[in-house]
Amino acid sequence: MAKPVLIAAAAALAHAPGLIALGSKPAREIARDPSVAARIHANLRGFDAAVGYAPNQAFIGSVHPRAMGPRPHFNRILDGGQRFGPDGEIMPETEFLGLMALADQFKLIRLSPQLAQSSAEALMRHPLHDFFDPGKLRSAIGDPQVEVSRGAIPLHVTDTGIAGSLAAGHHEDTNLMAHVLAENLACKASGALALAHLLKLHDLDPASIDYVIGCSEEAVGDRYQRGGGNLGKAIAEMAGCVEASGADVKNFCAAPVPAIVIAASLVAAGVFRRVAVVGGGSLPKLGMKFEGHLKNSMPILEDSLGAVAALIGEDDGRSPVIRLDAIGRHRVKSGSSAEAIMDALVTAPLDQIGLKITSIDDYATELHNPELTEPQGSGNVPERNYRMLAAMAVRQKLIAREEIGRFVADHGMPGFAPTQGHVASAFCYLAHARRGLTDGGADRIMMMAKGSLFLGMMTGQSDGMSFILERNRG
Amino acid sequence: MDPHTQQTILDAVQQHGKENLIVMLGTPSPEAAAIAAETVTTGDPTYAGPLAETRLGLTVYHILEEQVRAAIDPELYDQQVGLMADTLDGPAIAAAVAQARAALASE
Repeated sequence: MAKPVLIAAAAALAHAPGLIALGSKPAREIARDPSVAARIHANLRGFDAAVGYAPNQAFIGSVHPRAMGPRPHFNRILDGGQRFGPDGEIMPETEFLGLMALADQFKLIRLSPQLAQSSAEALMRHPLHDFFDPGKLRSAIGDPQVEVSRGAIPLHVTDTGIAGSLAAGHHEDTNLMAHVLAENLACKASGALALAHLLKLHDLDPASIDYVIGCSEEAVGDRYQRGGGNLGKAIAEMAGCVEASGADVKNFCAAPVPAIVIAASLVAAGVFRRVAVVGGGSLPKLGMKFEGHLKNSMPILEDSLGAVAALIGEDDGRSPVIRLDAIGRHRVKSGSSAEAIMDALVTAPLDQIGLKITSIDDYATELHNPELTEPQGSGNVPERNYRMLAAMAVRQKLIAREEIGRFVADHGMPGFAPTQGHVASAFCYLAHARRGLTDGGADRIMMMAKGSLFLGMMTGQSDGMSFILERNRG
Repeated sequence: MDPHTQQTILDAVQQHGKENLIVMLGTPSPEAAAIAAETVTTGDPTYAGPLAETRLGLTVYHILEEQVRAAIDPELYDQQVGLMADTLDGPAIAAAVAQARAALASE
């Protein structure tokens, strides 16, 4: 059996404050009270503020989450923060709208001549311009104002009017309505951006990728099959992976972890040599907790789509190994208490290979940025997880109760991901983990994710999965 | 508190009567505990669910409050709640819920 390794990982953010109005929560509140739109508009932050935001710099690998400095982060600019980082970039909205239009093969997005031109010019200068062929934006030029008068939704509004629009794909199919396609296209475009960065940063031939597993949150489909899927292959096409086929793995926020385990299994079984796992950004979650930010006089920080790509391949003697003999899984019979879930995801797989909670250097779990969640009363999610792990270590007599704080600081990390469920669920830490296990001092890192299946009302169950990445001893 | 849960509570009140119900919270932060406690006493402060402007005045406790712990078999409590009791800020959560009870009592 081939030993599967994490060859590469990349991450990208698309700063898209103009798309917040299409987020699920903001759209509902604006429909209820149109004056909310102006309040949102008045509290957006500019691109420079988004680039200088420490958690965003951690997302693209410029700084480790533990080195982001003290909170609050939103009111200061991180020294030296650049648009491009070791693992990817933070893309400005003008370029991202162009990327969405390039992702749209059915000419539903129309851009004003000015927007199309400025987007194309910027994308021509982009290091990934070869992947995306920005010249094609000419065919996206139209009159968004007229399109909106015919029923399209505004995609981009400036002081001078509507500069971008998106029409429905079908007049009766609710799965192809404009706002649904906006979510799907934003997901595809940001996923392709992350995958293209992965290929470019690691000097990989796109044609060497055999299979692309999508683990995005959008289901993609039509009225006869709402969750038809395969954004994986759509993203593979956009990133030039001409030899790849693909499929999607769905599991609410947990999806990336089972997707990676499946990818690693395909490599271990010799079915494919190189499998990419890609998750694009979640447009419905933009501005999800905007009310908390407004209430606390903060800018609306959920203004960026997050996307991650990873490549799993055969052992190269250097890249971190994915331990397929210690996969944690939440079983149907496991139980729903927090302890039962942690036992299934952490204790059980560690027991299987004779390790203990303290044998793991870093735990990557739900790494939501607390500056996004706390103002709306959702608390500090990663800290809660790490304290729970520490409490388990106390109960297993591995550390003393007084050492809980130190355990959290040493084995955990502050949350730095946007509240894009799947991306925040350990997935965003992959590139850091790879660095820590190659150039850094870490020996083992556990990635774990949980999914709230009950939200779909098919079961009361939740789910979760974990795997261990280990330094490659050659 | 999500609208579905609010509706479940409202249904339970209509079926059993508010004097026969106690709401036991398991919310993980003081902020969330305060909002949930307010929802089932003076009404949904976010005006998003069926308990908006509905004063149920229910008796509300949190599973991490000392008086609740004292009423449960210690072994069972440790088994079911122990880890979360070690993990969460129990005193702050208890204070938030106590404040909601006090606010109701003072009206």
